[in-house]
Parts: sequence; structure tokens; C-alpha cells
Amino acid sequence: MLPVNGYYIKQIAEKELPDSIMLGFGGQTALNCGVSLHDEGILDKYGIRVLGTRIKSIKVTEDRELFKNAMIKSNVPVLESAPAYDLRKALDVAAKIGYPVIIRVAYTLGGKGGGVAYNEYELQEIVQRGLSLSLVNQVLIERYIGSWKQIEYEMMRDNSGNSIAVCNMENVLGMRVHTGDNIVIAPSQTINNEEYHRLRSAAIRAIEYCGIIGECNIQFGLDPLSESYCAIEINARLSRSSALASKATGYPLAYMAAKMGLGYTLTELINSITKVTTACFEPSLDYVVLKMPRWDFRKFELVNRRIGTSMKSVGEVMAIGRTFEEVLQKAIRMTDTGKLGLIGNEENAKEELELIEQKLLYPSDEILFDVVNAMRLGVSISRISKLSSIDSWFLIKIKNILDLYDKLHEVDVSDISENLMRDVKKYGFSDLQIGKCLGLKEISARKLRQKLGINPVVKQVDTLAAEWPAKTNYLYLTYGGNKDDIAFKKQKNSVMVLGAGPYRIGSSVEFDWGTVNMVWGLKNNGIKSVSVINCNPETVSTDYDISDRLYFEELSLERILDIYEKEHPIGIVTCVGGQTANNLVPKLGQLKVRIIGTDSVHTDMAEDREKFSRLLDTLNIKQPPWNKFTNLDGAKTFSQNVGFPVLVRPSYVLSGAAMKVIWNEEQLEGYINQASQISPEHPIVISKFFQDSSEVEVDAVCNGNDVIIGALIEHIDNAGIHSGDAMMCIPPWRLNRQTMNTIVDYSNMIARKLEVKGPLNIQYLVKDDEVYVIEANIRASRTTPFVSKIVGINLISLAAKAIIKGNLPSRLNEPWLKVSGFGIKVPQFSFMQLDGSDIVLGVEMQSTGEVACHGNSFYDALSKGYEAAGYNLPLSGSALITIGGQKNKEKMLSLISLINSMNFKILATEHTAEFIKNNVTANVEEVYKISEPIRKPNISDLLYDKKIDFIINIPSTSTIEKYVGMLDDEYQIRRKAVEMGIPVLTTVESAISFIHCLEWRNKNKPSINPLPKYNIQ
Amino acid sequence: MRVKIPTIHSNHIGLNAMAILEDGTTYRGTGFGYPKTVGGEFVFNTGMIGYAETLTDPSYRGQILCMTYPLIGNYGVPSKSIMDNYGLPKYFESDRIQVSGLIVHELCNGASHRECDKTLDQWLYDERIPGICGIDTRDFTKKIRIKGVMKGALSVSENQINPKDLLDTIKKTKYDGFNFMSQVSVDETTQYGDPSLEPIVLIDTGTKFSIIRNILRLGYRVIRVPWNISFSKIISYKPKGIIISNGPGDPKMCSSTIETVLKLFNSPLPMLGICLGNQIIALAAGGDTYKLKFGHRGQNKGCTEVDTKQTFITSQNHGYGIKSNTLDKTGFRTWYINSDDNTIEGIKHESKPIIAVQFHPEASPGPYDCIHIFESFKDLVEQTESKKKSIHGGKVNGGGKIFQRMKQ
Repeated sequence: MLPVNGYYIKQIAEKELPDSIMLGFGGQTALNCGVSLHDEGILDKYGIRVLGTRIKSIKVTEDRELFKNAMIKSNVPVLESAPAYDLRKALDVAAKIGYPVIIRVAYTLGGKGGGVAYNEYELQEIVQRGLSLSLVNQVLIERYIGSWKQIEYEMMRDNSGNSIAVCNMENVLGMRVHTGDNIVIAPSQTINNEEYHRLRSAAIRAIEYCGIIGECNIQFGLDPLSESYCAIEINARLSRSSALASKATGYPLAYMAAKMGLGYTLTELINSITKVTTACFEPSLDYVVLKMPRWDFRKFELVNRRIGTSMKSVGEVMAIGRTFEEVLQKAIRMTDTGKLGLIGNEENAKEELELIEQKLLYPSDEILFDVVNAMRLGVSISRISKLSSIDSWFLIKIKNILDLYDKLHEVDVSDISENLMRDVKKYGFSDLQIGKCLGLKEISARKLRQKLGINPVVKQVDTLAAEWPAKTNYLYLTYGGNKDDIAFKKQKNSVMVLGAGPYRIGSSVEFDWGTVNMVWGLKNNGIKSVSVINCNPETVSTDYDISDRLYFEELSLERILDIYEKEHPIGIVTCVGGQTANNLVPKLGQLKVRIIGTDSVHTDMAEDREKFSRLLDTLNIKQPPWNKFTNLDGAKTFSQNVGFPVLVRPSYVLSGAAMKVIWNEEQLEGYINQASQISPEHPIVISKFFQDSSEVEVDAVCNGNDVIIGALIEHIDNAGIHSGDAMMCIPPWRLNRQTMNTIVDYSNMIARKLEVKGPLNIQYLVKDDEVYVIEANIRASRTTPFVSKIVGINLISLAAKAIIKGNLPSRLNEPWLKVSGFGIKVPQFSFMQLDGSDIVLGVEMQSTGEVACHGNSFYDALSKGYEAAGYNLPLSGSALITIGGQKNKEKMLSLISLINSMNFKILATEHTAEFIKNNVTANVEEVYKISEPIRKPNISDLLYDKKIDFIINIPSTSTIEKYVGMLDDEYQIRRKAVEMGIPVLTTVESAISFIHCLEWRNKNKPSINPLPKYNIQ
Repeated sequence: MRVKIPTIHSNHIGLNAMAILEDGTTYRGTGFGYPKTVGGEFVFNTGMIGYAETLTDPSYRGQILCMTYPLIGNYGVPSKSIMDNYGLPKYFESDRIQVSGLIVHELCNGASHRECDKTLDQWLYDERIPGICGIDTRDFTKKIRIKGVMKGALSVSENQINPKDLLDTIKKTKYDGFNFMSQVSVDETTQYGDPSLEPIVLIDTGTKFSIIRNILRLGYRVIRVPWNISFSKIISYKPKGIIISNGPGDPKMCSSTIETVLKLFNSPLPMLGICLGNQIIALAAGGDTYKLKFGHRGQNKGCTEVDTKQTFITSQNHGYGIKSNTLDKTGFRTWYINSDDNTIEGIKHESKPIIAVQFHPEASPGPYDCIHIFESFKDLVEQTESKKKSIHGGKVNGGGKIFQRMKQ
């Protein structure tokens, strides 16, 4: 587990002496890394051959100018454009092409740093940022074609020049929105045969000229008003789009690309679904597939929710069905954002026509619902299409859904005909949505539907539209058909496993790891048929060869019941699908669906705050004082009694309002008045917030009696940072023996009391050697894979054993203490992609990913963790220090001395500079705030000129100012730094670990060791 | 000036509809297009795009077509008045809809495209073709795959439909052993292209416009002749080469074309057979043909060139094929094979300039990856011409690779 960059790969090459390398499978990171290894001569030096697309070809696709020339030579049109290496040239180019122009940055990922400029002012802003982000200091200025269609092809090509187009896809929001943030449908819907094949032929010419071997994605812009088209870009690697295309078609692109890399030809390989026909074919779909992004803007204050040329979504879902209406509504629900479908959601306040039109012109994550609102206001399809650049065909379909909803709304429940109900289901309405429209509960709507004899059918994804029989069970459910493709027999020995749905903040690949390992674990423990339900195309659990049956479906009560009723399994495993699956447990329990693992009563006991609290009381285990409040007075009295700060969380969340640390009464009042609806139905929960305390987590497996604790994980940051955003460490590095014993004892007691069968995770708070329980999750957690990998014990394999067989290996004695060295997990943030978001961390999770590294010592592991998460570790240069509040300044005293002794030049703002001069050293340069641009030296200039290597910017109490009105200047510093790729430390603890890391790296070299295999599965 | 993209809603949809297979399997759905009852051979096509081109392909004569792709009609139907550079209707393969009926999962109730002139249901209505939607086309397709193609009937009506009437229609329906040539071939010779260009004779056994387009693209003029034209008449046009087109039904029904082709074998004229033309050449050479279980109809079929092992994605539409072991001693050998089931996808003569393919190099609908077949034909024409000249001029031709592949 090491950072993927040239430095580390070089060391591995020295050690392992590989003869070849594949660069196309690790996204842009791996591709960039490969190019730099080549350019530094490392590949040549160690005689390492690049398999698949060669470096020369990669460069053609990555360098805008080379790409443009290649396209012209392959007779594929490109947009008028020119590169610029500085601002002056950029302005000249834009003037020549004419505004609006789009700025693209060479060698970055996800369209990072690019943007559309409508004038010189905007151009200046984007170009400056872009130049700094580009690895080669290059931006491309190009004609902007926002109203064109965006069509993509996933292509494969082998060594002998056989080329196929595996999948074509259309972006519903056209060229205006980055494909990663677009709603994507496969196959394309609005183009005709001539257009489809003109682009396809162009794709083949282009990849032949570029010399692609393996897989690539090519994007085209297509003018809806003329015969013009142009190639936008080629990604010479497996991408998010290729994962989507693999799932959309059943054609395993990565597997085939690896084979091409090894020199196989397409003709030599077989279709892995039919097992008899050739792999040299183009999948034919007899269904449609829609990808919907999942955005998490709600987690960020101040963030700009507009979507456009740079990608902001954090995950995606894919729906399969037989009409556009069906997949659209399925996909909306799959994103798990609380929407019932396209319509029937909480009504927003009526908006002015002008505002709606504005929203169509500048789309946000709510674009589909803005389209619905516009239709409700009577805006015509052609006008909506003109404003939004969404093709009318999609709008006709959206209108179909609204019309049918209205029709259903007018009918009396007793008058609903079989035909109407069938039509409604064919358009993807859920039972819950139908129930809401008719004034029925979900289950009543379901019964009504079933009484009318309307049930979904199971169909196979088979790559050949039923022309050849499929040997695999890659399945979806639809109302667009009358017959199931597969036979259902009552199997004594089958289990359903719920996956985790879309990646989002707080739930990511760690739950996919859990799902896959659970499937394997169940198979190893004698389960004959394992079915997986999941809807996230980015996952391994949705590969059709992982489980016996894959249902690419909604993780909703309705769909799970549909499948359960067909499959008749012995039970459902809900403990590896994160909170999405866990939340379904009570409802499934009520309907007498058998959950295997911890039963629904005990899961609920952990989930329900009051029940859990009582359980802790009976065990004599402490927890931070808390209570539920339905009015302000009670909340105030409680807070005064326990003492501020307190942690407040609404049980019913209005947009933007979430958990908060509250520092005083005034703030509490403001919070309650503004952010949350407080009432007997929607109480708020207030608990004491302990400052200067640390957090510890436990991941364990229990079979109802025996408990195996995988590890105690200690957070490096103090409590108050969400556990998903905290850096953490195995084994604990500061805890004393007694505290560890207490935590182990508590964990055993809680696990047994909750009769846990499977994985569990408990979060503790340690304050002055006292241990408090924050919460227990009776499921696999975000840290389960981290623990499993560092400790060498696959906790999910053990969980499968605990669930099915009941017996666990005899007690393992504190395996986490036997780890040699340290394992450290570091969060990865995407603030750069989220315009306007602030990077100060708090009790709401904001990170979008994580990395973990192992090291021989704490700082060895931590420094690698930082690098893996993309931080630069400067060993000399300038440090900007700005600290709010006297208490924080004092805490940082010794650290500032250390920075000074490490030969960093110290820059500081007025008060901090004065403090440093008085207490540490006179060797400090005062710099001025961004809000005072006339006063020099100004932070803004220093940032742009890259004269600052890292920043310590600690707000006085991290949340208070954020709440009472952000200190705009500090925000500006953090924001600009993020945009310029400069590390920013915003808490005392993170600053301490960072500086010590630099100190360690000054004297030491990081270790390079492979992670050992699991010694216990 | 900003062009407006038309958006048109469907009108001719909503009547009762029923489709019945010869084995009695019944599908009830919603009717669209023209209300009437038709019989035909039920087939399916797995292409996801190009319904305007598909429905006008004369090879579908006598057949009721099921589209496996579930959403049909999205971009509407363009106007017939839109012509390509050669003066042929750009988006159509003949002057009318050729299928007897259409089966789809969902007919889109609205269409939108720059070139959209009418909706699909309107077009079917105008050309008096019935269609059925709202049925489980995947189930239908599986039935055909398992049991093989069979006859069936489709009815669209304002009234209740009696299955018995449909079964009667099936009894009256003829497909195997029926000669469709009079329905698809030209009655009289028709010429295309600049009269000063060298002529190629196209024997029309139900040709698609795109074959004509491609001959014109090569720089020749086209003399399109009826399927039953005589050998001497062909020779009287002094053609530089002969192309035998695609077409519907059992190739053995085209006996007079087969006879003509046999005579042409003895001339030095280069020849290209496409689809039905491929089968006709095989039969003329003494090979045999047979009916496939459910045919090959789609745009995603891999075909491998036997000599080079190169595979191309082809557009296909055929229900008959050449029996693989019947080419021995005919002078022909296998040129292309189907990568999925190894059936013959192309043949060429060992010494004579005669080539033929089972797939559709002219595409439309489908990929243009095999358009080079036309270039191969042109090479044969040019080599034959230069040989003639060199014989006259007493020079010896240096030879050269006959089957030079050219990619666009």
C-alpha cells in the first residue's frame, strides 16, 4: 500500500524487476504516473515494457495540440482551438476564436480546473488556475459548443487492428455538462443511423491513427442543427465511462483490454456471456440503460451547485429497463437522495417563471426537477429544449411521466384498471410513489397492484438481444415484458446480499469490498446460490461473475420484496451494504422477511438512540449526556446544564441543515429557528460535545457469543472531526493499556448484549482517560477493509462464517497489537472540484475518498499517507501561518519553533506575526490579507506565484465563525490554496502531525514493503 | 438563422392489435400504422438503429419484422425528398416500406430530429402497413430463436380481433418456395450516373439504393436491370463488371438469374454478389444453399476473412446461406466466415475475378467497416481492363495483389 507516483513506482521497480507494466487500468493517476516514469527514463533503465496502448499514443491523446493534429490527419474534425502557456496568449487566442470559449487543462483528471469563459475577466480567472494545475503548464482555449449533443463511444482495438465499438452513449444534458456529471443513456436515442455510423467510423479512424491497443473512450460533439460534428477527446484508458459501458452491455471491457495488452486478438477471445460466440462483435441491447450522477452538495456550505464543464458528482447509479420513463424514475430513486421518482416528491415553493428559465439555462444538480417545474408552469417543450439544450425527445418522455401521474391522480382508488396500473408501472412509478398519489401506504399500493395481477418480470442482459442463449445470470426487473427469462425453483440453499448503492460521501468502495467478500465468504461456507442486489456501475459486486445471480436493481423495499418473492432465499444479508441496506432492516423485519445475521430487533436496538442508551445504562457504560427536544426552552436548559459546546442534530433535515457544534445560547436559538423544523414529530437531539477528547473505533465480528476484535483504531485528529474525515491509526499510538482494556471489555459486552451475528463497529470517545460510547453500527463499517488489510484478518470472511456456521476461530489475542509498524488512513477531499466549498472540517463528513499506507514507524506511514492523498511534502520553503484565538496560538508555540528550526521562512498575518515575534522568533515576515489587495506583500500574489509551500490556517474555534458569519478572508485563503494545490492545515492536531512528518522526512526515507497476505480468512 | 428542430406527436396508434405465430402463440398489444391483417414470415432484427433503412430493405419482402431494440421511432422519419449526392433518397433503401408488418416493444409517441418529416406510425399508415407495440419482444425473439422462423399473422383493427381469422391468414400466407422477384425487381432497365462513365450492370434481385450509391461512388455508372434479364442483353450494355444484388426469399427461386450468371462465368467480366447475389453465384457454380434456423439479421456480426484472420463488424439480413461443404470442385472457396457460427459469409473464385459476400458491405443500416468490398471489386474491374489492354498492346502485366483492402 503505497502512493501511486513516480518516486514509489521506481523503488518497486528496483525491488521487483518486472518486465512489463500496464498503465490503462488505474485511471488518470496511473496514466500520468506511467508517462512520468517513461519521461524520466525509468522504464528504459529497468527494461520495463508498456503493455497495451504505448506511451507515444498516450501522449497523443493527452496533449491537446498533438491530439488535434492526429484528428486532422485521421480526417476527423476538431473544434477551432489553440494552446496557451500564459495568460497573454490565452487572451489573444480567445479574441481570435470569439467568446464564449472553453478552457481545458492539459494533464489533469475530471476536467479539473477547466471552465467556460464568456468574457476576458472570467478567462483570466480560469486560465490562471488552470496553468497552475496542469502538469505541463498548458491550457487549451476552444470554441464553446454547449448546445450540441454529446455522444460517446467505448472502443476496443487489438494488435492486429480489429476495432469494435462496444457501446455508444448519449449525454441527456448535451455538451453543456461534463459527462461525469451528465445523465447518460445507452444506446444513443436521438441520432439516426447515418449520424451513429458517421461518428462510429470516425472513432475507428481516430483510434487507428492514434494506435490504441486495448480500450478507450472517444467523445464527440454533434450539432443537432447541421451535419457538423467534432471529436472532443480520447481517454486512452479504462475510465468511469468504460465501467459504465461494461455494465450497460455485459461486455467486460477491462478484462478484454488486459487480454489485448497481452497480445491476444479480439477474434481469439470469446463472448463471456454466451461462452460460444466471438468477442469480436458489438453488443446489441434490448433494453435501455441510464446513468444518473449522485451529487453531495448538501454537505458543503457555500458550494456552487451549478454543473458544467468540471465534474462535481461523487458517485453514480445505473438503471436498466425497457422504456426511458422506467429507467429515468428508477435511476432517480437509486441515487438514494430521498426522491420517490421524477414526480411526487416534496413540493418546493412555487418559483417565478424567470427564475425557472434561468435554472434551465444554467443547470444544477436539480435540473430534472427544474424541467418538471417548467412544464408545470406551462413552458413549451421547444422552449425548454432551447434553454436547456436537452433534446425534445427526452422532454416528450418526461412529459409522459407527468401526464400519467396526473391521470392517476384523478382516478379513484377503486376505479383503477389493470391497464392503467400496468401503464403506470411501465413508466417506472414505484409502489410508494403510486401510494402517495392515491393516498395509500406503500404496502397497500403494493397489494392493490398485485391484486390486479401486475408484477415485474426478470430479464437477462445477454449482449446479443436474445439471439444466443446466455450462460450467466446478469439480471434486471422490468414491467416491459410478460415472461421471466429464468426459471425460479425453491432453493433450500440460497442467500440474497444487499449492496450499498451509489458511492457518496460516507459510503464508498469499502462497502463494495464488504459485499464482494461476503459473497465469497457465503460460498466458502456452503451456500449454493448467492444473489447480489446493487445499482452502482462502478463496483466489483455488480460484475456478473462475482455472484450466482446479479440483480442490477434498486435497493428499495419494493424491489427487494419483488426479488425475495421470486427467489425464496433462506434469508437476506444486510450487514455489508452500509447504511442504505441497514435502514431497510426494520421494514423488512416487519414484513417477516428473514434477515440472516443480526436480527432486526437487535439492529434496531443499536440504531434507535433511546433503546441503545438504555442498553448502555444496563451495562453501566458511559455515553456523552444527550436528550431529545421538541422545543427551544428544553434545549436551552439542557445545554446550560451540560455546558456548551453541544452537538445538535435535527431528526428531520431541511436543505443544508445538518449536524453542528453549537458554542452558545444565541447560536442555539439561531440554529433552531433557521435550520431545523422542531416539533413533536421532528425533535432535535442534543448531546454534550467534549473538547480536547480523542476518538477510538473498534471493528469486530461476533457470532452471538464469541467476539473477535479486529482492531482498535485511534483517530489522529481530536473529536469533532467526522470519523470519515479523520486520519486514523492502527495500532493506537497514544492510548494507555487501561483505556484499551476498557474499550475491549465494553466492545465484548455490547456485542453480546446485542446478540450480534456478523460485523460491528463501535465508536468511542476518550476524555481524561474516561471512555464514552458514541454509537454502535451493527454492520460492516467504513474501516472494515482498512482493519482487515492492516491486521491481516479478513473480517468479512469471518463474518460470513459467523452468520452461516456460527463458529469462529478460537480467540485471537489482540491482533492489532501484533501489527509490525503502523497503518494510517488519510481522507481524500475534492474541494477543488466543488467551487466555493470551504475546507474547514467539522462534524459533517466531507471527504470523498481515502487512502491508507503502512509504514515501519508512525511518521513513515503518515508521510506516505499524505503523499497518497496528494499532498506535497515540502522540505524547505515558506510557511504561511495564521491562527485565530489566543488559546490556539499558545498551543502552536512549540510547533512554530520547530518550523523555524527546520529552515522554513515564516510568513504570517498581522496578529499571528506579532505573536510569533513576541514569543518565538523575530524571523517572520508580515503579509497582508486577500481582502486588502493594495497592501503588499499580499497573500493572494504569493499564492499565485507559488511562493508559499504550505499553510497553517486555524480558525479560532473551527465551527463558531463558520456559523456566525464566515470570516471571509480566511475562507479566501483556504479556497485559493486549494485551487493552487497547496497543503492547508486547519486544526492544531493536523498541523502538529504534518510538521512532524516533514521533520521525519528531512532525515529518513519511506519504507517500501508489500502488504502481507491475510493470515486468517 | 436558427433552424427549428421539429417535434411531432403520434396519431395512428391505439387500435387493437394481435400477432399470432404458426404454432398458435398469441401476442396482444396496441396497434399502430394502418389497420389491416397481414401474413408473413416472422423474423427479428437485433440492430439498434436505422429503422427507416431497415424497413425499406427489399430483402424483407414477405416478412413481418420484430425489432429487438425496445424503443422505435425516436427520430421520426425523414422526407423522401432529401436526396444524397447521387440523387437517391438519402435515408431510404427503396421507394417504399418492404416489410409486411412491424412488431416493436414501444413505439415512441413523439419524434424529434432535424430531418424528421413524420412519425413512424404516420409513415406506416401512409404506406398501409400495420404495426403492433406493447408486446414482450424479447420473449418473442427467444421463441423464434428456439423454434426457428415461422409464418404468422398480424392484425390491427378498430374491432375485436378473432384469432381464427389470423390463423386463416397464416394458412394463405406463402414464404418458402415463393418467388418475390416480380415484387422487388425493376420492370425495365434503369440507368444512374453520368452517361460518359464506364458502365456496371446491377442485376436487381431486390437491390438496396446503397448498392447503387456505392457503384456511383466508385466512379462508374449503373445499369440496373431486371432479375430475369438475358445474358445477351447484359453483354449488349458492354459492362465493365456485374453486381448481383441482395433480395428476398429462397435463392433457388431465381432460376433465370442463376442461368444468366452461369453464362457470365464464361465471360471475363468481374462479378460481385451481395447477400442473395452471393447465394445465386454459389448455386450457379454448382454449390447448394439452405435455410438458416432463424437467419442473421443485425448490425453487430463479426465476420473473419479466412486468409488474413482479420475480423470486421458487418450488417446482415439473410435467412438462407451457402452449404459449407458444397463448394468443392466449383472453383470457389470460402472468403469470409461468420465468427459466431462459422457459416459462410463470402466466397471467391480461385482464378476468375468473381467475389461475393453474404453480409452487406453497403451498410445502411449498420457499420461501414466492409465498404472496402466495393474497392476490391473495382480492383478486379481495373485489373481485368488492364489485362485486356496489355494483351492488345502485347505487354505483360506485372500482376499485383488482387484483393487489396481499402479502408475509408
